[in-house]
Parts: sequence; C-alpha cells; structure tokens
Amino acid sequence: MKIRKIAEVLDAQIICGEVFIENEIMCGFASDLMSDVLTLESEHLVLITGLTNMQTVRTAEMADLDCVVFVRGKKITPEMKEVAIENNLVLMECKYSMFRTIGLLYEAGLNPVY
Amino acid sequence: MKFSYDVEGGNFTKAGNAASSVKKILKQLNVDPKVIKRIVVALYEGEVNVVAHAYKGKVHVDIDTSRIYIRIEDEGPGIPDIELAMQVGYSTASAMVREMGFGAGMGLPNMKRNADSIDISSKVGVGTVVELTTNLSS
Repeated sequence: MKIRKIAEVLDAQIICGEVFIENEIMCGFASDLMSDVLTLESEHLVLITGLTNMQTVRTAEMADLDCVVFVRGKKITPEMKEVAIENNLVLMECKYSMFRTIGLLYEAGLNPVY
Repeated sequence: MKFSYDVEGGNFTKAGNAASSVKKILKQLNVDPKVIKRIVVALYEGEVNVVAHAYKGKVHVDIDTSRIYIRIEDEGPGIPDIELAMQVGYSTASAMVREMGFGAGMGLPNMKRNADSIDISSKVGVGTVVELTTNLSS
C-alpha cells in the first residue's frame, strides 16, 4: 500500500516527507511501547502510535521505519519533524482513535507484521 | 576509528543522539543496513537505559574493518541482580520512563539479541558498564 493511500484512508495530514508518499509500505504495526517496535525485522513498515515524543521518531530512525501515523489527534512537535526530515521519514497526524485507524488500514488491505 | 558521546541521566530529549551519530558513520562505511540496524538498536536501548536509570554516562565506540565495539558506562545505582535484569519483562523503570515508550523490561534482552557478544558488569551504588561487540560483515 502506498503511503499516499494510507493518508487518504485515514484522512490524515502529512506533516513531513511528502516526497516519499508514492513509496510502498509492506505492513503495519501498532504500539505505544517503543521497545516492541525495536524488536521488528520487517522492512517498509508503518508504525501507528499515540506516543508523541522525540523517542518515537528516534525509534523510527533506529528501526528503519518508513512512516509513522500519530493517532488520537496528537500533534507532532517541530523537534520531531526536524529529526524525521533528516531521516527521510514520513510523519502524519490522524484524528481517529488507535482502534479505528488500525481497523481502516486492515480493511483497506494493509498486512500485519505477524 | 574512535568516538565518544556523553549521555545525560533523565534527559529523554537527547536519548538516541549517540545511536543516530553511529548510524550515520556506519552508513558512510557502507555496512549492510541489516547489520547497522542491529548495532544501533542495541546502542539506542543502552542509551535509554542510562537516561532512565543513571545520573550520567558515556558511550565509547571503536570501529575497525571487521567489528564495532561499544562501551556504555554510567554513574548510577547499578544493577543488584544482572540475571534478573536480563529477564524479559523485569523492570525497575519509573512511570516517567514508561510514558516515554520504554520501561517494559525489554532493554537488556533487546541489546543481547542485537549484539554478537554482550558483557555487563555492575557495582551497586557506583554504576554499570555494558560492552557490546558486533561483526560488521553480515
């Protein structure tokens, strides 16, 4: 699924990384626990999270994620955006709950990691 | 090549600075991205441990043509029972650490999983030293 499609399905606002929206995402993972994210070996992954702080973006950097969707209307800080741009990461804000976000993406055909 | 980084206890905004820098260096050295990911995940978890538990720490990195050696040393409370601390799910982290997305008792196990060798020594009331070595070839 293209990152563009994820944004469309979720009616999400892309905050940075617009140039990568045609990139393909293979699967999705939802967690507020960053250590769980750091155990994943999948590539071309989107993380769905409600945890909005610098550690989410650092985790995305270390785990080689392509895209992070922040749910529940959480706002991305300028510092997070700066580090995301440095690492070619797409960040988007979605007003839906975690449950609804994941349901919509699953229904649209996005695969789980396991 | 040798590099050193300071890690501030309690300062979560800076956790990951060393791992981020090491990632850039390893990329420039054309190390396999999968190997880079293992190394930086282990280092990042180590940095988070220092920020979460210690007063201050230092990360020393030594890279040669075949391997990377990372030494994470801190001044802090130390680990009374290392075997227990290595168990998945065992944690002494504060609520603040959990709010940052960590503190679920996965740091040390994640570090072990992502390094070819790990050596931990600790003195209660003094601090902890974690040494990680990983081969650069996949």
